[in-house]
Amino acid sequence: MSSTSTVALDVEGLSVDIRTPAGTARAVDGVGFSVRSGQTLALLGESGCGKSMTAQAIVGLLDPVAHVSDGAVRLDGTDLLTLDRAARRRLAGPGISIVFQDALTALNPVQTVGAQLAEPFRIHRGLSRRAARKRAMELMERVGIPDAGARMSAYPHQFSGGMRQRLLIAMAVALDPSVLLADEPTTALDVTIQSQIMELLRELRAERDMAVVLITHDLAVVAEQADHVVVMYAGRVVEAGPVKEVFAEPRHPYTKGLLESMPERVGRGTGLQSIKGSPPDLHSIPGGCVYQDRCPMVRDRCRTERPRLTVVDAEAGSDHSAACHFSEELAHA
Amino acid sequence: MPETTMTAPGAGAERTGPPMLEVRDLSKTFRVPKNAAGHSRLRALDGVDLTLGRAETLGLVGESGCGKSTLARVLLMLERPDEGTMRFDDVDPFGLSGKELLAWRRRVQMVFQDPFASLNPRMTAEAIIGEPWRTHGDVVPRGKRPARVRELLDLVGLRAGDASRYPQEFSGGQRQRLGIARALALNPEMIICDEPVSALDLSVQAQVLNLLDKLQRDLGVSYLFISHDLSVVRHVADRVAVMYLGKIVETGPTEEIFEHPKHPYTAALLSAAPVLDVSGREREQRILLEGEVPSPLDPPSGCRFRTRCWQARDHCAEHVPPGPLAGDTSQQAACHFPLEVATGTGSR
Repeated sequence: MSSTSTVALDVEGLSVDIRTPAGTARAVDGVGFSVRSGQTLALLGESGCGKSMTAQAIVGLLDPVAHVSDGAVRLDGTDLLTLDRAARRRLAGPGISIVFQDALTALNPVQTVGAQLAEPFRIHRGLSRRAARKRAMELMERVGIPDAGARMSAYPHQFSGGMRQRLLIAMAVALDPSVLLADEPTTALDVTIQSQIMELLRELRAERDMAVVLITHDLAVVAEQADHVVVMYAGRVVEAGPVKEVFAEPRHPYTKGLLESMPERVGRGTGLQSIKGSPPDLHSIPGGCVYQDRCPMVRDRCRTERPRLTVVDAEAGSDHSAACHFSEELAHA
Repeated sequence: MPETTMTAPGAGAERTGPPMLEVRDLSKTFRVPKNAAGHSRLRALDGVDLTLGRAETLGLVGESGCGKSTLARVLLMLERPDEGTMRFDDVDPFGLSGKELLAWRRRVQMVFQDPFASLNPRMTAEAIIGEPWRTHGDVVPRGKRPARVRELLDLVGLRAGDASRYPQEFSGGQRQRLGIARALALNPEMIICDEPVSALDLSVQAQVLNLLDKLQRDLGVSYLFISHDLSVVRHVADRVAVMYLGKIVETGPTEEIFEHPKHPYTAALLSAAPVLDVSGREREQRILLEGEVPSPLDPPSGCRFRTRCWQARDHCAEHVPPGPLAGDTSQQAACHFPLEVATGTGSR
């Protein structure tokens, strides 16, 4: 995890608009971050904050009602958004892959897993049926599926949830991508299986020098897995930086509120700090700061002026940034 | 949230009284279509013992398929157990009928996991909260029902004006408050909460946990709190019961179990859960269980955990470890070779 490794994925000013019956809504607004090879960046946020849509925009799998309205997604230096479909497919097909939360819907129920795992080798590498099958079997063994040879001809429903997630991961790493996105990969799994899957992802990241983008709502998973974290709220990045710094000294009241909502921080019988209210509707995001209606330290300035994501403690050379007018104050709170 | 000082029957009872609910040796087997190996009997509960005191919270922890929900269904009398006894205030509810049964049913209520699926979208909040009174008409006189609905809304932190709104007009957290208000409508003594916050976002989860805690203090209600989230259980539960493949493998006071688990499965479960404060634990110490939970159609002989246990010996395959003693609320594990306190790796 040296800082001299190359930037594999660089996202800049990414915005996504969705058409809805009530008009166009901006689901992702100017999101930017970059991930280096061999490192994990977590996109952290609650439901509806735009983290999954950011991932879908990066891999080019947005729902037809949504489209990228602005920004750049650079994979190893090439902006994918300026490429035509065929060129994008040639480059991003093997270069970026994604693991979804729900493995049962992500796998084809009427095709054997062996055939599904062999497909990327046949399409992108032009391997023969037999050679592709052999590679598929090696992959199944690598991700820890017991008795891989016999299970090649089984269908997805014949596997447990944890094994299905391993299959998805196998498919995602088949072509040695430089970037792997994982969208809530363990949310549907039990904790003992979750730790096995996370361990597998960590091993694969190290052995293939992949950049991993982990999309999650779970702060503890971020603390254990990620090097950097990007906290999203209402489609915007509100705080970003090294996980240790951000969690030890949050500089945005939303991040601070989330950390204080964690039950493990307080004992039995003491009330949890909770964030009042709920996130704004995407159609009526207030002017000024997006967090103003729930923020305990809101001032007049927050109602009128939108805070920009700015580096905190700039003189210390840190890459910890927050979008709050009063982040300085929070440091000494 | 407005403060309310309403009391229900049973409020203010001492925690040290005789247990309100006592379950002994409960077993439940389901018949299922024969699988490839020819097994057709699924033993969902196998000799479960449980006690719950007044105004107490018992956390029930375990992975999917371990029998948590079947246990909840038996306690609600939605399933009849094959074996075992259940005593609620020294009465076996399965022996009741007619009016007595109806009267018993209102004492145990349920809060569901999914606040979207558990509320009828065509009923207003008022109709949802008041529906239990259509069966249990004598709990609140007809004329006083609108006022009681408002009181309940207020109690769970919603506004009186919300009475005429429909579920889809509420957020996830508000819906769960609505589900809690419905459970409270019959002044229950015990509420079974089946994963009540796992569908909610973290910031909203904290609001609902605080509400449940406040209701327990104000109304003296007991909770059976089913959850897969260990940090939530640690926060809400007085005692914990850990289930694995239809059996309770360890029970005891929450802090003792979390600090010094005796059963290897408990230790593994605690160790597997991600924690915020990584610095306190070396990654090398993590217990990574091999494999997955065996099929309940064909559970392992002897100790059911032995196939994944790192310290299983021959003895474990031949002998079923004795389960926790009923009625004893101290820490007990169903293991032939329980972990020593000094080597307990699950502490955090």
